[in-house]
Amino acid sequence: MLAIGAFLVVCVLLPLYSMLSKSFENADGDFIGLANYADYFSTPALFLSAINSLYVSVTASVIVLVTAFVYGYALTRSCMPFKWFFKLVALVPLLTPSLLSGISLVYWFGKQGVAKELLFGELIYGPIGIIIGSAYWVFPHALMIVITALTITDARLYEAATALRTGTLRTFFTITLPGCKYGLISAGFVTFTLIFTDFGVPKVIGGNYNVLATDIYKQVIGQQNFEMGAVVSMILLLPAVLAFTVDRVVQKKQVALLSAQAVPYRPKPKRKRDLCMLVFCSIVAALILLMIGMAQYAALITFWPYNLEFTLANYDFDLANGGGWDSYFNSIRMALYTAAFGTVIIFFGAYLVEKGRRFIAGRSIFHAIAMLPLAVPGMVLGLSYIFFFNNPSNPFNFIYGTMAILVVATITHFYTVSHLTAVTALKQMDAEFESVGASLKAPFYRTFARVTVPVCMPAALDISMYLFLNAMTTVSAVVFIYSSDTTLASVAVLNMDDQGEIAFAAAMAMMIAYTCAGARILHALLTRSIMRTTQAWRTS
Amino acid sequence: MTADAKHAPTPYLRLFDVTKRFGDFIALKDISLEIYEGEFVCFLGPSGCGKTTLLRAIAGLDIQTSGTVEQNGQDVSALPPYERDFGIVFQSYALFPNLTVAKNVAYGLENRKIAKRDVRQRVAELLQLVGLPDQGDKYPRQLSGGQQQRIALARAIATSPGLLLLDEPLSALDAKVRVHLRHEVKQLQRRLGITTVMVTHDQEEALTMADRIVVMNQGVIEQIGTPEDIYRKPSTSFVADFIGTMNFVAGTAVGPDRVRCGDNVLACETSDMREGDVVTVAVRPEDIVLREGVSESEENVFSVRIDAMEFLGSYVRADLALEARGDQILRADLSINLVRRMQIAEGDERFVNIPKERIRVYQGTVNRDV
Ligand SMILES: Nc1ncnc2c1ncn2[C@@H]1O[C@H](COP(=O)(O)OP(=O)(O)OP(=O)(O)O)[C@@H](O)[C@H]1O
Ligand SMILES: [Mg+2]
Repeated sequence: MLAIGAFLVVCVLLPLYSMLSKSFENADGDFIGLANYADYFSTPALFLSAINSLYVSVTASVIVLVTAFVYGYALTRSCMPFKWFFKLVALVPLLTPSLLSGISLVYWFGKQGVAKELLFGELIYGPIGIIIGSAYWVFPHALMIVITALTITDARLYEAATALRTGTLRTFFTITLPGCKYGLISAGFVTFTLIFTDFGVPKVIGGNYNVLATDIYKQVIGQQNFEMGAVVSMILLLPAVLAFTVDRVVQKKQVALLSAQAVPYRPKPKRKRDLCMLVFCSIVAALILLMIGMAQYAALITFWPYNLEFTLANYDFDLANGGGWDSYFNSIRMALYTAAFGTVIIFFGAYLVEKGRRFIAGRSIFHAIAMLPLAVPGMVLGLSYIFFFNNPSNPFNFIYGTMAILVVATITHFYTVSHLTAVTALKQMDAEFESVGASLKAPFYRTFARVTVPVCMPAALDISMYLFLNAMTTVSAVVFIYSSDTTLASVAVLNMDDQGEIAFAAAMAMMIAYTCAGARILHALLTRSIMRTTQAWRTS
Repeated sequence: MTADAKHAPTPYLRLFDVTKRFGDFIALKDISLEIYEGEFVCFLGPSGCGKTTLLRAIAGLDIQTSGTVEQNGQDVSALPPYERDFGIVFQSYALFPNLTVAKNVAYGLENRKIAKRDVRQRVAELLQLVGLPDQGDKYPRQLSGGQQQRIALARAIATSPGLLLLDEPLSALDAKVRVHLRHEVKQLQRRLGITTVMVTHDQEEALTMADRIVVMNQGVIEQIGTPEDIYRKPSTSFVADFIGTMNFVAGTAVGPDRVRCGDNVLACETSDMREGDVVTVAVRPEDIVLREGVSESEENVFSVRIDAMEFLGSYVRADLALEARGDQILRADLSINLVRRMQIAEGDERFVNIPKERIRVYQGTVNRDV
């Protein structure tokens, strides 16, 4: 309990604190109060970035929300054919780093893009690119929330409406929309936060259009101005925390809507609606496939746009300046460590929160800290790790620059969602297993190993999958803390793009995508075989 | 077996001044209690009165804030559950879903280094005992609720513990199964002679199963006694109200063994009440006797009007208005034979007798929240 609590304090609270204090210091480490903040707000260029961030985040969120809602509606409330296909395609963006959409957009609409005429002279480098690219990669995140919200509606409400002869439109506005209101709000905030704090897309496609996330990067990497980086981080943190808080409140309400006796809704075929939905989903799916398809195409082309012959040369990463095959294998190692250690740590943490009977205050504080990482943007976390772990007087200083700090940062960054998954799985178990075990004189670890772990195995697999995928694709959490020995594939994509080696970047991004797709398939097979062998009790 | 013979000189389980606090809230207050070897004791009380808390304190699952628990002559107050000697069954069964029925039952046996063959034999024996001999290879989810509860019972008694604890073991089952299992559990307990404590909020369950009942309310014990005692001689008005149906009539003590209720004077045992005390008179519906043509001069005979009659199968529940005080209604249970023979109908005026020894008198007024 204490050990895991200490893990969270060291990995979340202390780094954030050190960043907060850094933002009040000058380059020599003297306390200068709010001077940095005053500086920030009196520099119009910096202040403008905040406005830009807000603008692209809100615009892209609205687009994503509307698209995800219709798409989710089609998947849950219509009888259109090929639902499994559309579900699958919608999840594709999860397999790739957010950078990939930026790269793909360059090929589509860049200076030599195939379809740049579609922009009527506008440049893709700027808000347009950021909005399209962001919309692409956050789409599945929004969709999953929307689908959940649409699935939990009680069918009897609709039967009642039909019995009262309510029209389709009225039913939609009085039952469907209110029913998933909280889901939509939640999806909106999640989308907003993801885009607001994302760094990959604006870095690749943003051009001269500055946003907060790229500002931090420039302040820290470009100008080595750590104090100003800290200030911008604090400003980035604010709306994220705000959105997070609102989201938590809203989600609590959503749960309250669920009644145990709800009857699940089963859509009935309606030709016209189903056809419209099919067309809409086909367009969205096509856009997604075009996006990743272009990246794949780019990875295989000799020299865009002059030599369109296919080649595998772009996969010869050791020739690139931005990073070699080493970074790819580092990424795999990092993702495996994250999945393995992360699952164990997170599961134990959730077990203690859920099954402990003493230290009620301690457990709820632990739970609250476990919620925090969700609100902390990856860049902010990464930067705070520099401040905290790079400090020679810190006893944990030795992990700085190693693989360990990358693993720790990634586990921390993705802690919250995994923690909630584990808690949910544990909540579904009978509360008295431990009591029964004790009465039968079985030590608690025996009951844990023989009952708790097997029963929670599917959830544990899900968590490790989630951690693996995110560890493979994350850029923001690690971009400040990797070292020359621990370069990563996702960072390599970034650096290759930075160096103009965009074909290499596309190829590396696709390597990540193949790996993630492979991992997902493996996960599906593994889950299936475990379900068959050790989870026979679930069926029947 | 008489009560005295059963009460061996030293109790098997002894609680002394057990108190449990959750923050400022006192869930148990100075509970003292003795349970004898082989006894079946029920903790009975309304929801939230602390029954489960007391059971968990006995088990060591939630150790009491203060007070001592002695089991088999040994002070176990501070021992963790795995160092105590008990088996437990919960309302939710808490069967391990990923283990087969046989593995569930064997779970406790495997912790004590018993040879595999002996474990298997014991499991077979236990499954036989609870009447599910062929279900060993199934998973809990493949069994009905009642069957699952029997497996939970088999698991709890597998290691032959000295004490069996049951927390509302039957309340998740439907009514028919519940009545059936009630009987089976009791039989099993008799056969094994295992000291048993069962928590329930179902008085019928407690009355039919228990050797002794501990009635609890808001963290304190109201009364301990045999089912008969508890029903016939509830020692507080709470118990009188909680168990069965009871008529309450407000009155004033007017002399030794005399209570005035409205215009009537009742003869009843007033024990230590003094003249002028405000009291409540309690009488059960089945103790009100309808009389055929008697004069009012007899003791505790009153004239009543039959206001309403509710047919309940083998008997009729009648609302009797005491004539002198129209607002005071007494419930009486009249056998269907009697009703036929006397040709009783709504609106009749009749005489009733309330036998003196069936009347209980409590100090003060009774607030019923029904
Ligand atoms: N862990 C706890 N923290 C705070 N209060 C508690 C806790 N456990 C029980 N209580 C309180 O103690 C009181 C007694 O609870 P207990 O579970 O013993 O009731 P019970 O008699 O078993 O009721 P029921 O019939 O509903 O099971 C209740 O008011 C309950 O709210
Ligand atoms: Mg209880």
